[in-house]
Amino acid sequence: MIPLAPVLLLAAMLVPIGAGLAATVLPAFGWLPALGGHAPSLQPWRDLLASPGLGRAVALTIGTGLAATTASFAVALALAVAARRPAMARVVTALLAPLLATPHAAMAIGLGFLIAPSGWLARLLSPWLTGWSTPPDLATVQDPWGIALTVGLCLKEIPYLLLAILAALAQADAMAARRVAAALGYGPWRAWALVVLPRIWPQMRLPVMAVLAFSLSVVDVALILGPSAPPTLAVMVLRLFADADLARWFPACAGALLLAGIVAAGLGLLLLIERVAARIGTAASRTGRRGGTGSAADAASMCAAILLALLGAGALAVLALWSFAGAWRFPDVLPARWSAAAWQAPMLRGPLLATIGIGLAATILALLLAALCLEREQRTGTRPGRSLALLYLPLLVPQIAFLSGFQQMLVRANLDGGALALVWSHLVFVLPYVFLSLADPWRALDPRLARAAAGLGASPARVLLRITLPLMLRPLLAAGAVGFAVSAGLYLPTLFAGAGRVATLATEAVTLSSGGDRRIGAASALLQAMLPLLAYAAAILLPAWTARHRRGMALQ
Amino acid sequence: MPRRRPFYRCREPLEWDPRMTLARRTVLATAAASLAFPARAADWTSIEQAARGKPVFWNAWAGDDRTNAFIAWVGEQVRASHAIDVHHVRLRDTSEAVARVVAEKAAGRTEGGSVDLVWINGPNFLSMKEQGLLFGPVLDTLPNAALVERVTKPTVVDFTVPTEGFEIPWRMARVVFIADGARVKQPPRSMAALGAWATANPGRLAHPHPRNFLGATFLKQALVELAPDRAALASPAGENFTVMTAPLWAWYTTLRPALWRRGTNFPEGGAALRALLNDGEIDIMISFNPAEAVSAIASGTLPPTVRTFMPDGGTIGNCSFNAIAFNAANREAAMVLANFLLSPVAQARAADPEILGSPTVLALDRLPQADRARFAAARPIPALLTDAELGPALPEPHPTWMTRLTAEWERRFAA
Repeated sequence: MIPLAPVLLLAAMLVPIGAGLAATVLPAFGWLPALGGHAPSLQPWRDLLASPGLGRAVALTIGTGLAATTASFAVALALAVAARRPAMARVVTALLAPLLATPHAAMAIGLGFLIAPSGWLARLLSPWLTGWSTPPDLATVQDPWGIALTVGLCLKEIPYLLLAILAALAQADAMAARRVAAALGYGPWRAWALVVLPRIWPQMRLPVMAVLAFSLSVVDVALILGPSAPPTLAVMVLRLFADADLARWFPACAGALLLAGIVAAGLGLLLLIERVAARIGTAASRTGRRGGTGSAADAASMCAAILLALLGAGALAVLALWSFAGAWRFPDVLPARWSAAAWQAPMLRGPLLATIGIGLAATILALLLAALCLEREQRTGTRPGRSLALLYLPLLVPQIAFLSGFQQMLVRANLDGGALALVWSHLVFVLPYVFLSLADPWRALDPRLARAAAGLGASPARVLLRITLPLMLRPLLAAGAVGFAVSAGLYLPTLFAGAGRVATLATEAVTLSSGGDRRIGAASALLQAMLPLLAYAAAILLPAWTARHRRGMALQ
Repeated sequence: MPRRRPFYRCREPLEWDPRMTLARRTVLATAAASLAFPARAADWTSIEQAARGKPVFWNAWAGDDRTNAFIAWVGEQVRASHAIDVHHVRLRDTSEAVARVVAEKAAGRTEGGSVDLVWINGPNFLSMKEQGLLFGPVLDTLPNAALVERVTKPTVVDFTVPTEGFEIPWRMARVVFIADGARVKQPPRSMAALGAWATANPGRLAHPHPRNFLGATFLKQALVELAPDRAALASPAGENFTVMTAPLWAWYTTLRPALWRRGTNFPEGGAALRALLNDGEIDIMISFNPAEAVSAIASGTLPPTVRTFMPDGGTIGNCSFNAIAFNAANREAAMVLANFLLSPVAQARAADPEILGSPTVLALDRLPQADRARFAAARPIPALLTDAELGPALPEPHPTWMTRLTAEWERRFAA
């Protein structure tokens, strides 16, 4: 079992991606015998190009994707720089956990309830300040330029990138370099740009790439906050896949491939920018300018952090209000009648159980595979080299480019809509996060403990069970919580692999956000946000409890 | 411009089930259903036995909470009577289910399919029927099908396409408009007047995206009122599409800038539209359910000031159907469920304005007195139109009109 672990781990991720991509590429060039496509052809591409609004959809996709990534990275960096001040550090730490734990869809729904023309912000200010007795006809959500979509993406990606920066800082010992720069008279911001960023960038490259790929291909947030006529390319492709006219399956596959091409081009662009930035940085360092104290930039960062906190907290608060609202008309600041009916809606029970079940199963499998891989690494003393980059593949390939193909594969194997299909499709996305969270603590484990146990005659299995796993309990649970949070947020994999038969809180929240009872939608989004929080809480409290008699571990 | 048929479009159903052809012939031969009744009764008992204890996956659009609650109620009833577990597969769009059946056919799954019963209409039905993706004819196998009103209600044609027993009617739908009576004192009485009202009140009218059936219905209602030759709409759209739709596009081009968000963004469907009316973002909405205002007031999703109205020239009405996929795993259970939906008990509950408010598909005069009494209106309700006010429904245009209207709208206004 243990020697096979790396193969199993990679196969669990790469088989769906590889087979799924193949099943997307072939119809994109006219080959899908069951629908009458028997010969290679470019007709699917001609049909795709003839789709109304394709040009604007592509422009919207590229615009929002680049804007969200650039803004998120810039703000995350600014927050990291400004966090050298203790006040800022407190804000940043308080901000990180709840924003990270809230799934994209739940955050987007809350943000929509907050900033819509009839949203909570407008209600708080009307009519006494704005004079509005009815909501203004302003496109503050689903605007044609995708601004709301970009803001919604930033709200989730800034914390993610900030976390990645903080992790990279700890590893690269970059702060020592900053202190040297400070001693040479460089201001904090300039020192960051010239000596810290180049050191942490190698560890940041893949997370930034994942953010870019995600922003370009996101579906759930785009359905909630993005425009509808035309939508982003990913949403357009999803609609083509679901069209009543079955012939649209062909241009849908072509569109999915186009999206994959855009993502690939975006990643290429990123590598290009990296080179250019390196040149500029080198040139800038030669000028010898020291830069100022950056107090204005610090203030701006503080404002950004406060805005982020307000938007995040406001989004969650308005979800809570709506879920307990009876009737809530514009411009009332609070509901006129309260009701807990949404929380008793029987339609939430099934999705709740499905979310928990799929999440637990996928997380446990991922933990098992990752732990076995790392244990094998430890025993053989070999580190995976470049194959580690494959872990990022599920985060870099657009979901829609392989999930429809994967669905076809599942149907062929008569697995679609079953528990196995759902858990597997979630596992593809849970595995990378679980492995990456678990790898560092596992590799940092003092090898002398295992050697001492072996010296006392313990078998490798006994060492694993009695020494390694108990010591790894905290990282295991932390990685598990991350994996569970990822699973709870997955929309498209559930939609495709579930064959529409299985609703999770993610699919339910997105479905209800496009209409339906706002109160039940709010309850399901809030529930979706609470599950990961509970998982994180368990990951903190459980090891503290089991280690309550062991001071050394409790202090870990 | 007519849409080219891509070369890979299937022209013929790929598989012919001999039983299917045979059964169709039988039904055609015995139009007088009662002749075959004794034999069918025996068949039905065996179908009921085969269905007992089975699950049934009912793929039904889930964008309406009252319908979802009704489906849940149906599930309880059928579980009690036949030990059948009804699973509501909640669709955002019916085409999701169609796509799934296609995927299964593509993968060669001719039995044990995941879609048992599907709530279906118009273009989706035409598409599935053309591709041989439906099981049937099945309608006259159901005992309660004898109660269906087939002459004065469009229960055996779906958007003018004969259903040939492949579809089982279950509820009637009717276009009405809902306005906030506190803000609209004189509701417009035609689509032309609605356009004028919108121009006078910019930003206060919205319709769903025409990709959504309610959005397409908004265009169809205007088409039916504005087309130079209404009778031509009963046949497939052809060369006459340009001439027939010219007044519609002229009307819409004037209307669009006066729509909510200046016609640049559209709510996803009826529920999103209702949320806009409730939030006060718009004053008038279209609905496909004459009782929507009543139940929405009751549930707090519309203010008590809303009223239902309709154009003087009448509105489109149609029938909602269920169909069984050609490869359904639980065919018998799906039939039992479809039969229950045609029972007077289920139909009366669906017709209750406090529950669904969907007019029945049954011929009331054919029901026993006790069953007929179930349909008696409990009391007059202010937000509700009476049957007399509703009047007879205008027929749906052929599905090709809807398909081409949507495509042409996207070409003109969404590019």
